[in-house]
Amino acid sequence: MKVTPIQEHTSPLDAQQAQQLSALIETLTPMQVTWISGYLAGINATAVAGEVAAPAQAAAPAAQGDASEPLTILYGSQTGNAEDIAETLRERAEAAGLNATAYDMLDYKPKDLKKEKNVVVCVSTHGEGDPPDNAEELHAFIYGKKAPKLDGLKFSVLAFGDTSYEHFCQTGKDFDAQLEKLGGTRLTDRVDLDVDFDEAAEAWIESTIDKYKQELGGGETPHPTVTAMPGAIAAPDAGTTSYSRKNPYSAEVLENVVLNGRGSDKEVHHIEMDTEDSGLVWEPGDSLGIIPENDPAVVEELIAALNLSPEEKVTGIDGEVTLQHALTHQYEITTLTRPLIEKYAVQAQNESLDALLAEDQREALAEYMHGRFLIDLVEDYPIAAMTGQDFVRLLRKLPPRLYSIASSHAANPDEIHLTVAAVRYETFGRARSGVASIQLADRSEDVKLPIYIDHNKNFKLPDNDDAPIIMIGPGTGVAPFRAFLEEREEREAGGDNWLFFGAQHFLTDFYYQTDWLRWRKEGLLTRMDVAFSRDQEEKIYVQDKIRAAGKEVFEWIERGATVYVCGDANAMAHDVHEALLELIGENAGLDADGAADYLKNLQKEKRYQRDVY
Amino acid sequence: MSDKELSAVEHIKIASNYLRGTIAQGLADELTGSIAEDDTQLTKFHGFYQQDDRDLRSERKASKLEPHYQFMLRLRLPAGVVTGQQWLKIDELAHRYANGTLRLTTRQTFQYHGVLKKHLRPLLQGAYEVGVDARGACGDVNRNVMASANPDLSALHREVHDWSVKISEHLAWKSRAYEEIFLQQPPQGEDHEPIYGTTYLPRKFKIAIAIPPENDVDVFANDIGLIAIVDNDKLVGFNIAIGGGMGSTHGDEATYPRLGSVIGFATPEDTLEVVEELVKIQRDHGDRVNRKHARFKYTIDDHGLGWIHEQLDERAGIKLKPAREYKFERNGDPLGWAEGDNGNWHLTLFIENGRIADFDDNGTAHYGQYQGPPGYKLMTALRELAKIHTGEFRLTGNHNVIVANVKPEDKAAVEELVAHYGLDDGQKYSTLRHSAMACVAFPTCALAMAESERYLPTLVTKIEKIVTDAGIKDQPIVIRMTGCPNGCARPFLGEIGFVGKAPGKYNLYLGAGHDGARLNKLYRENIDEQEILAELTPIIEQYAAEREAGEPFGDFVIRAGIIAETTEGRFFHENVGSPEAA
Repeated sequence: MKVTPIQEHTSPLDAQQAQQLSALIETLTPMQVTWISGYLAGINATAVAGEVAAPAQAAAPAAQGDASEPLTILYGSQTGNAEDIAETLRERAEAAGLNATAYDMLDYKPKDLKKEKNVVVCVSTHGEGDPPDNAEELHAFIYGKKAPKLDGLKFSVLAFGDTSYEHFCQTGKDFDAQLEKLGGTRLTDRVDLDVDFDEAAEAWIESTIDKYKQELGGGETPHPTVTAMPGAIAAPDAGTTSYSRKNPYSAEVLENVVLNGRGSDKEVHHIEMDTEDSGLVWEPGDSLGIIPENDPAVVEELIAALNLSPEEKVTGIDGEVTLQHALTHQYEITTLTRPLIEKYAVQAQNESLDALLAEDQREALAEYMHGRFLIDLVEDYPIAAMTGQDFVRLLRKLPPRLYSIASSHAANPDEIHLTVAAVRYETFGRARSGVASIQLADRSEDVKLPIYIDHNKNFKLPDNDDAPIIMIGPGTGVAPFRAFLEEREEREAGGDNWLFFGAQHFLTDFYYQTDWLRWRKEGLLTRMDVAFSRDQEEKIYVQDKIRAAGKEVFEWIERGATVYVCGDANAMAHDVHEALLELIGENAGLDADGAADYLKNLQKEKRYQRDVY
Repeated sequence: MSDKELSAVEHIKIASNYLRGTIAQGLADELTGSIAEDDTQLTKFHGFYQQDDRDLRSERKASKLEPHYQFMLRLRLPAGVVTGQQWLKIDELAHRYANGTLRLTTRQTFQYHGVLKKHLRPLLQGAYEVGVDARGACGDVNRNVMASANPDLSALHREVHDWSVKISEHLAWKSRAYEEIFLQQPPQGEDHEPIYGTTYLPRKFKIAIAIPPENDVDVFANDIGLIAIVDNDKLVGFNIAIGGGMGSTHGDEATYPRLGSVIGFATPEDTLEVVEELVKIQRDHGDRVNRKHARFKYTIDDHGLGWIHEQLDERAGIKLKPAREYKFERNGDPLGWAEGDNGNWHLTLFIENGRIADFDDNGTAHYGQYQGPPGYKLMTALRELAKIHTGEFRLTGNHNVIVANVKPEDKAAVEELVAHYGLDDGQKYSTLRHSAMACVAFPTCALAMAESERYLPTLVTKIEKIVTDAGIKDQPIVIRMTGCPNGCARPFLGEIGFVGKAPGKYNLYLGAGHDGARLNKLYRENIDEQEILAELTPIIEQYAAEREAGEPFGDFVIRAGIIAETTEGRFFHENVGSPEAA
């Protein structure tokens, strides 16, 4: 970090001290500066409280613990929810006089864990119960051979998840269990948050701060040094506006076109929304949150199946509304989750449904839930006399949906573009559709949609415009890379850009083909490799193209390229990861462990970033 | 002239390294279905045109997809003769690498539509396996050499077919670019073009051979027409007709269709040399600045026929003998069975629009792009014929098919298949429909201004009613339609000709010779279907009432004063319209 050298005469330090401190500061990252400033503030507080015993401080509340003992908040997040809450927690903790610092797990040295006294973990889960990318290393560390004894540690875990997944909040559960196993003391019980987490998160923040305050004491005023450091993690994104998830902006859809050509099996929409007067600002890599509403036809069908009146009054999330309104705008009425079925079963009192919920019937329940929606449950296990109020009490809040933004704010400040795969399929003789995608695809004309920006600092262009980038984005995963290229075009960034894209068919599924061709012609897109899986007998995927170009990919990485992967988390991200490991091993002459370390190191340097879902 | 004045295409040819350009790189580019723009000029020499599906243009643009690029690929097939084995391969390639249909052309060859870039190589390699290529099927070189398909004289047909092969091979371009790029053969030393040089011809060049009295090849529509002169059943030589060509541009009177001028007679020994020298005269004197004035016909009209004789003499000491007597009777195909002079049988089948496809129960093929009789499995039928047929197939200049040299003992088997699939051996459709011909036009041809192949059948149905009402439904009247004035279906040789001006609008031409020896003339400009029918009805009625015995429609409209006669291409634009309208 660059600083003005500390002069003897402008500080209370002697020449040697000033020089040592200057030398140290120059080597520090913003994060480290933040940490040190908190650390020093802590020492100072001790000195004031313990030694100088000035009258003013003597009146400070008698702390049971050490008011300056740092509280370390570690977050691991794929979409940014855990990060947002961690930041909120840090701010509130500071306001409460605690010496709190928040770290992205990716930036946190696992070895430091053994020095910690107070740790709060905010972590999400993705895929099949896996930790998010930035939590991977720490998660592996606490389960590994080098895991330290954590006897003096007090900890709390806040887990983020989605009950519609089988391994709900698994990573949070892992941290919670393993920190205890390593000797830590659980200060507050873990809370597992579902997709409608606002209230529960709020309650948890309050109780956690109270608890730590009891433990650590803490001053009445925040430590200004902690937030004063520029570039520190705490600094909010430039894009923060008055609009947020809780206070969304109402945007009009300007354009809605299908990107697939005739005869395609896919239906992907390019959506442009008007953000002209919104003041919304985003960076390439950020997502757009949409607060959707349910399909009126689905609502109607459900109300009919329940034998209720759409006009029945229920107390919904914010006061009394009609059942129809509540089911359209407030509650999730499609996805089945275990907690939902459990609550429903209590009302239904149906033996076979109860049997399905038995602990040894998990597989059978999963099978039942697969391809079925709430309407199926209502039809299969009808409840004779249930009020609308009883029914909505079973439901969770309709969660917002996130889409990678496909346009650059710098290039198109008044519009936001999305690439949305319309989810439509049929199961058990009933047409099913994705809530937000079909609202965007079919019912977005002449209505305003509540939107907000969901910042994702883990998927960002390099600060250095001359650094090369490799973008891997098959299917709708290509969306953020359109934003990347628009941004780099706008910035006149000189760095090389290489895009890997894949889809089923060249003729009908080559999303944004004319954009890529133009950018290639103009020299912005240095290279593009495409894999169309179903255009020939043997299937070809992006990972095959990456392997085929392994030598060049490695050369790009060696000269500083950042590798970005966006798209399907289940198969693609894994296969691409394997391909990268392979080509690194092959071209760097490394064995499997060596290649894994190489890639891990890239990840730590933020040169391997993933936005997979 | 300085290089700067040369047309853009001339520069592309010069820079192409014998027609290579960057075609190979273009084929390797997976991001686009197209090839580089300059290369699209060069690939014509290799037999194919870049096109796109114009029906899909605007919707694909909205979807941020490039146009649906595809290629139209023609084979080189002198005289349109293929074996059953070749037919089967050509059919198979259509299914594997094109749109599952075949288009017979008015120059006796097969045309594939909807070939994707990645399928060009496998298609050409597949054709090569059965001894067929696409070299020079398009481009500024000699194109597919036509020869009368008429089979009455079997020995003579064989001889004329041999001539078409001989001329085709002699004038084929020689660079190894085709082998290297498409057949992926290794380079073999330096290239050399003994006849064409590095810039080939100024424009396309067409040659046809006719055996009177049949003018099924429209011999006068060619740059060089060879009219076979037969004495006592023996070929004694050819009358040479030069300077035919259909292409013109709407609104540009400096352009015009022209029919070949007969300039003399050559013996078989001299014929190849005469042809080569004529090609070289055009090579050296054709216009390389203005491509709309680059065909041989303009070179001839600019210099005069006398100059051509001088050139032949000067360059090669050629002195043509006076032309011999000949007489053409028609330019259509006689349909049905005919017995050859060798005792074998020949069956001419009518192929509407030349489109070979299997039509579904709704009467459409290829996602509704083509229309035909519901359930009509024409493509399958011809494939089945190819499997059993021991003779050859001949494609005609009117895009029909002759199952040629059927042994008497095999005739029944062929008849059975024809009956089973309901093929038209001349009995199925009306005489009027048998005499109608259309170019491809929409959706693939970039030049089309109006529909042609997809529309003419409907229009014919309406004209059928007029001729039936007039009581002359068995009278052959040659109808030709094209979507633009470039002339693929030789519209200016239609007794009734339609040339597209805009969607749904056509210029109506009248008065061509039924024997293909007189051009028609513009009668009405830019009219729609309703106007077309309103114009034609009284004329057809008048023809039915007033024609003389054996008088063709094209002759009658001139005699009756309905339209002025076009005596020469140069006067095509004079006295247009009906006299009273003028």
